[in-house]
Order: sequence, then C-alpha cells, then structure tokens
Amino acid sequence: MPPAIPTLSVEKLQTHFFTAAGVAKAVDDVSFDVYPGEIVGLVGESGSGKSITGFSILGLIDAPGRIVGGRVLFKGVDLTSYGREALRQLRGNRIAMIFQDPMMTLNPVLRIDTQMMETVRAHAPVSKQAAREQAREALAAVGIPAPDERLNAYPHRLSGGMRQRVAIAIAMLHKPDLIIADEPTTALDVTIQAQILAQMQKLCARSNTAMVWVSHDLAVVAGLADRICVMYAGRIVETGDVDTILEHPRHPYTIGLLGAVPENVARGEPLMQVPGVAPSALALPAGCAFSPRCTFATDTCRTQKPPVFKAGDSHLHRCFHPVERVAA
Amino acid sequence: MSTLSNLLPGWTTNRDTRTGQALRGMFGRPAVALASLTCIALIIVAIFAPWLAPQNPFDLAALDIVDGRLPPGARGHLGHLFLLGSDALGRDMFAAMMFGLRTSLGVGISSGAFALIVGTTLGLVAAYFGGWIDTLIMRTVDLMLGFPTILVALMTLAILGQGVSKVILALVIVQWAYFARTVRAVAAVESKKEYMEAALCLGFSHRRALFSQLLPNCLAPVIVIAMVQVAAAISAEATLSFLGIGLPVTQPSLGLLIANGYQQLLAGFYWISVFPGVLLVMLVFSMNMVGDGLREALNPRLQK
Amino acid sequence: MSTPVLIKADQVSRRFVKRSSYAERIAQMLGAKPVSHTVHAVDTVSLEIHRGEVVGLVGESGCGKSTFGRMLAGVVPPSSGTIHVADADGAGTTVLGSRGKLAHRLGTQMIFQDPMSSLNPRKRVREIIGEAPLVHGMVKRCDLDDYVVDVMERVGLNPDVRQRYPHQFSGGQRQRISIGRALAVKPDFLICDESIAALDVSIQAQIINLFMRLRRDLGLTYLFISHDLGVVEHISDRVAIMYLGRIVETAPTADLFARPLHPYTVALLNQVPRLSNRKRAYDSIQGEIPSPLAPPKGCHFHPRCPHAMPRCSVEHPELTEAASNHRVACHLFTEAK
Repeated sequence: MPPAIPTLSVEKLQTHFFTAAGVAKAVDDVSFDVYPGEIVGLVGESGSGKSITGFSILGLIDAPGRIVGGRVLFKGVDLTSYGREALRQLRGNRIAMIFQDPMMTLNPVLRIDTQMMETVRAHAPVSKQAAREQAREALAAVGIPAPDERLNAYPHRLSGGMRQRVAIAIAMLHKPDLIIADEPTTALDVTIQAQILAQMQKLCARSNTAMVWVSHDLAVVAGLADRICVMYAGRIVETGDVDTILEHPRHPYTIGLLGAVPENVARGEPLMQVPGVAPSALALPAGCAFSPRCTFATDTCRTQKPPVFKAGDSHLHRCFHPVERVAA
Repeated sequence: MSTLSNLLPGWTTNRDTRTGQALRGMFGRPAVALASLTCIALIIVAIFAPWLAPQNPFDLAALDIVDGRLPPGARGHLGHLFLLGSDALGRDMFAAMMFGLRTSLGVGISSGAFALIVGTTLGLVAAYFGGWIDTLIMRTVDLMLGFPTILVALMTLAILGQGVSKVILALVIVQWAYFARTVRAVAAVESKKEYMEAALCLGFSHRRALFSQLLPNCLAPVIVIAMVQVAAAISAEATLSFLGIGLPVTQPSLGLLIANGYQQLLAGFYWISVFPGVLLVMLVFSMNMVGDGLREALNPRLQK
Repeated sequence: MSTPVLIKADQVSRRFVKRSSYAERIAQMLGAKPVSHTVHAVDTVSLEIHRGEVVGLVGESGCGKSTFGRMLAGVVPPSSGTIHVADADGAGTTVLGSRGKLAHRLGTQMIFQDPMSSLNPRKRVREIIGEAPLVHGMVKRCDLDDYVVDVMERVGLNPDVRQRYPHQFSGGQRQRISIGRALAVKPDFLICDESIAALDVSIQAQIINLFMRLRRDLGLTYLFISHDLGVVEHISDRVAIMYLGRIVETAPTADLFARPLHPYTVALLNQVPRLSNRKRAYDSIQGEIPSPLAPPKGCHFHPRCPHAMPRCSVEHPELTEAASNHRVACHLFTEAK
C-alpha cells in the first residue's frame, strides 16, 4: 500500500511577533506531519509556542504577528499562500478548531440551533430544516442527552462540559479532515474530561479525522495520542511515538518534564526540578534555547542551535548530547 | 488572545508603573500634551499671580476710574499699558483675570480635594463592608446624583449664606457622590480578590485593610475623575457667581468677572466679559482633555 | 493516631442563601412553587487534622472544598457546626467560629490559587512579606529587612528582588512570594487551595518540592486542596474525597489509591489520565455533576452511581469505618453492619 499523503504537513514554520519591545519569535522552525486518523499531541508549557502553532496553521495570527517562514501543507496544498476567502472556505469545513474556552466558539446571544445551522449553511446549500436535523444529529453524536432541549437553549444555560461538547459538535459538523484542539479539556473536571476524551476518540476513529491535540498535560496526551511532539521556546525538541517518548526520552527537557510528574516519582521523594524559567520569546539564548537550564550543557550547546538528529524510527530530537538512559 | 502576555512572562518596562502610565496619558498624544502644558501653565500663573500681575486689582487706591473701559492695547493716563483693556472701574483686565484664575482654580481644586477624600472613603467603606452600610451609602449617592448640580448648590448656599468657604462646601456636597460611586464600583471588584482575603488571614484590622491594601488599587479611576470634577467644579462655581450667589465681589473669580462685564457687552465693551470667558473655556477644556488622556492610559483593559 | 489533633471540624456546614426577589415572592403568593435559592456549599462535614499531617482534600468543581478550606482559615464563617483549634500549649481547644462568628487565627495561613490576584499589585515584595509580622509585633522595624531576606531565602527567592512589584515576577515566583507571606507570621497550619493548579508542570514540581522541604524543616501541618490526584497521592498522608458538599471517603493515601471503596472514588481514580495508560479507551461515568442548588435527595451521588439501590435515593449515608482508619459514606458498606 503506498504511503498516504499526510493530511497536515508543517514545514519549518516560523511565526514572529513584531512588538515595540522587539521581535518575539514565538514559533521558530517547527515541522511535523499528521496522517489521516492519527492523533498527534503537541506538548509544551506556557510560552513554548504550541498554541501559536495551532493558530498559525489556521491562519488566525493577527498583527503584530505574522508567519515569516515555512509552509503549512494541507493535503499537499500550501495554506500560507491562500487568500482570506480561500481560507474561510476551509475553516469550519475541512479544518476545524476547538478552543480551550468554548465561549470562543459560541456566540452568547444566539441560540445553539441558530449557531449550528449557521455553520452548516455557511458551507453547504441546505434548507433550514435539513440544517437543524444535521445539528441535532451532531449533538447526539457527542453524547449530549436530550439534544432537542439543548438546541433551543442559549449557551449560558449549559454547563462548561456541555458547552465544550457543543463546540466539538460544531467542529465535527462537516466531518473535517483535520481538527486542531487547543487544550479543550484543561478547564474541565476530571469526570467531564474523561467523557469528552472518550467522545473525541470515538469520533476520530469513526471518521478517520486527523487531529492535533495541543496540551500541557502529558497524561492526557499519553492516553489519547499516537505520537507526541514536545515543544520548547518555539521549537520542537523531541518527537516520536507515545511509547518511545514516555519510556525512552532523549532530550533533557523531555526527561525533566517526565520527572516532574508525581506519578513517575516514589512517594515522598522530591520531584525532578528543572531549575530556572523558560526564556522569553523576545530574548532567546544563542545556541540551544534550553542550554541555560540544562545540566548537560556544553559550549557547543551554548553557541550553536542544535539541528534535528534521528534517534530511531520516526524518533527525532534536537540535542547535541541526548540522554541514553530510560526515564525513571 | 492574550498570547503576547503568555510569550513574555515577567517582562515589564517603566511604562507599567502608575506614574509612568499617567505621564504617558498626559503627554502621549500631541493634542493632550498641549492641553497638559496649558493646564500646567495656567496653574503656575495662578500660583504666582500676585507677583506676575502688572497691577493689583484689589488695591482700590491704585485704580483710577479715568482709566475705565479702555480697549485692549490702550494706555492709561499714567502710561500703564492695559494689555487686555480695563473694566468699568479702571482695573487692568489682564491682572484681574490672573487673580480670577487663581480664585477659580483655588475653589475648584480645594472642593475637588475635599470631595475626593469624603467620596473615596465612603465608597471604600461601602464596598468593603457591604450589606446595609453599602445600601445606605449608595442610596444616598443615588439621591444626590438625582438632583441637578446647580439646584443643590443653590439650596445649600441659600441656607448657609455666601462666602468662599460656603461655596466650597456646597461644591463638595454636590461632588462627593461621583467619587463615591466610582470608587465603590472598583473597590467592589478589588475587595473580592484573593489578596484581600489574605489580608483577613494575616489579621489586619479593617482600617489597615481598607487604606493600606484596598485604597492603592482603587486610585486609578479616582485620578481620572478628580481631573474632570475639578473642571466641573470650576464651571459650577462660575455659574453660581454669574448668577450672583457665588463668591463675594471682593474675591472675584472668572465667573464673577464675566458677570460684571455682562452689562457692558451690549454697549460694545466686549473685552470685559469675553476675555475672562475665553480663559474659563480654555481652562475647563484643557482639564477635560487631560482627564480623557489619563482615562485612556490608566484603563486596565487597554493595557497589553 | 497518636499525634495530637491540631484542628477539628465538627458537622460544619455552610449555606449561601439568596432571598427571593419581589417578582418571585408575588409569584409564590399567586400559587407558584417556592424556589429554593439555598446552596449547600458544605454539608455537615467532619474532619480531624493531626499535627504534622498532610491531608489531601480532593473533589471536582462545586464540591465545596475551597469553601471548607476558607472556613478552617477563618475567612468564611460556618452556618452551623463548630471548628475546634488546639491551643499553643496543647492544653485545650478554642472554638473558631460558631454560629456565624469569625475569629482569624494567625497560626493558620492560606496559599491561594491565582498567582496574579493573590498578591497586592501596588505593594513591593518587601512590604507584602514584611507588613504582617511588623503589625503584629513579631519583628522590630530595624530587624525587618533581615527578616524579609531570611524568609525569601527560605522560599527560594533571590533577596535582591525585594524592591520589585508582583507583576515583574513569573507565576511560580509569585506563588513563592505568597508562601513567604504566609511563613512570615510563623504559622503551624497551611491551607493550600489549588496552589499549583495555575502553574506549568515544571514549576509545579519546584513548588511541590518546596512544600515538602518546608514541612520537614518547620514541622508544618497541611491541608492540600486539589483536583489533581497525582499530586495529592505524592504529597499527602491521608486523603479525603468530597462530592457536592459532603465527604464521601477518607483513608490513608496508600489505602485509598489501592483499594478505593466509594463508587465515586472508584470512578474518579479510573478516569484520571495517567502516563502509564496508553491509548486506553476512556469509559466515563454518565451524567453531569448536579447543580449545588438542587442536589439529589439522599446520597448525592446516586443518579450517577452504577450500584445505586432504592435506599440511596431516600437516606443520606453517614461516614462509617469500613476498614482500619478508612471511612466511607455509602450504603453498600452500612448494609454490611
């Protein structure tokens, strides 16, 4: 079987913000692929550029920021060359986004059915009845009980978990080829999060949708994703299968992240502490961005930006001195 | 998307202090900068009026009615140059306006200051304690704001009689409600924040919590309102004086000067009324402009 | 336990009542059903915390754990029930807040969740940390600076930055300042209300390590309120699970995670994402968390419980001892008695 074309192929993406205080290199050379039906976890802490990567893919970056380099290929076509109208036709239709705050998707003054019907009819010429029926089905598919009641309601009448489910239903309305989910369950309770993760898994498996799941929570990504890309200071520092990354991480930052999770450390023992703080995008260090905080840093690390090294099948990292041992 | 703030943790510049913001508000835009300079210039003139004025308009001995109603630029019988003309009694308009400015600003600023102290304290107390105290204070505020300004001032002066201190008192009674309402709105939000709960845990007395912890965080809107209220007080006082119930004739403010020259207007001696009028408008207008500039600069939502 | 009890909550409740508006009262006079506006944020909770212990309090949103923490801190008065605090000499106890009266205790301090709003933005670090000990006479003005430097070093902050304002620090550093502010008044009991939830993972690790070090060095007692089971498992000696205002299970940490008894605890532990579970099928408990305005009658959890019996919708289960030091509020276990 010939290898499929990746649904999404990000190549050397660079998004910079031109502020009064200087140029903030939020995303600085990010590359990864997502195949149909695959879930890729984009993991990083605040300031790593993971959310900006998601927004860049959809062309949602406004002044003072803009994409300054690289390409975003959606099914082989370069999105960075698309005009506003072309992008608009793609969004909500073939590529959908789910935000952390469902109120970024939902209009507080419109009823749910109005909003969903609007989305349906924006990309397909169907009658109002047919659109409403589609909306109803979409709500049922995400596990919302009594969908008719919910259709007639306003967003403020729904709980947080319910709203996020409606946002997901809206995203799935046109059975998109790609979904970008920007921390959709971070603000939700554990039990509600579990329900939503279950729904997302089922939906993606059923419609072979490719998904990029942006998160800071490694545990959520571990249970959901096929592959993980770890981001730090605007670059991907390690990428590979879930099992490889969690059991045989190579980059010191990945090891630090894993060591900080209490699950990995015996009770009562201190957690692995990565000293210092992440650098500001305005003042990235010369050389490897992690070198000021890295215990293995050498002069090479401090002066040269590490290129991509191959550690195994589809296991890539950016480190001059990758760690060979297994994570604790 | 507050993505910039995510990108730049801990980054700050001098612009982020309140003084920095206030200065940026006052001098950031050319129009506002001009207004700020005008205000500063007028305040300096007002303070140094006794030394800057070419003539003391209150010294009756120095006046000569022969010099009355001279047009701007004319010379008096002793060779004194009347830059902006003279009034019916022979007073140099330029000098009279300086002293009038001094009185107007003095009354405006002192009534504004007292209203600020009273209104801010009551607003803080209302927000911090809540309950019936809040209801009592805010309903009083609503009552005060329901009356027209001039009406309240008139009633107060009718009861108290005339005089500078009484005018200031009347203006304070009119103005405190604006401060109280604004401060209460900000303080209500701030007092729910966790640092106020921490103050409770740390065992601070109510007085300390109110004035040491809460007050500094409520001052931004107070600065803006203070500017605008001083301008409003100056206008109100001018109106009262124009109507004849404001300041006594011995301490003329700009309003009184306008009033004095009003009869002369139709006779063609425009300078006695018009010049003080122009100065008054200039003063109030530039103060409002500065207030606007400050409001924009100190608005927390616009910061990022 | 042999160690003495430091603080004990006895059947403590907190109700928030909103009076009906005039429109509603008129509607009720005309025959409409009376609408309840009472939120039982905390419903007859009893908990004992021993000196030197770290008790983890876990629950989802709306369970009342933050409100309970604030009652122990003396910030919110209980509507009913009493809180007893051991005196310094260990001889007796003082009652902290009964029948709505409030009494703050300097020995109990709270670390809040939001690093942005928990520090006064108009005060310098030096004042934030130093004001309280000065006001209470713990330190003389001439010694204040050294005292502040000492506290800052203890929480891992560079003392040179004590003239700066909070907005000039990162989230993790601000939490350290909060901890410093609390430590400055020499407390013996710290209530951490989701103190690390707003921080990045690697910074969380730093703060967790700090908490553990302070506990060892200063002999502190903690109530660690969190929704993050992983952290709670790591740091606590004992765990209490709350659901909709009530404690449903308490046990020593190892016992709770190895043998959870209450159906809610079982489901919660099952659904928490863990690094060791890969590509698993999430199967979840159905249903939404009920609104605290209208909690289900009887056991609050029965609409979502896979083992619900008729008795559950009628009778409220009490906390009973099901195993050594392991208490559950569930009819599955009271039946056996």
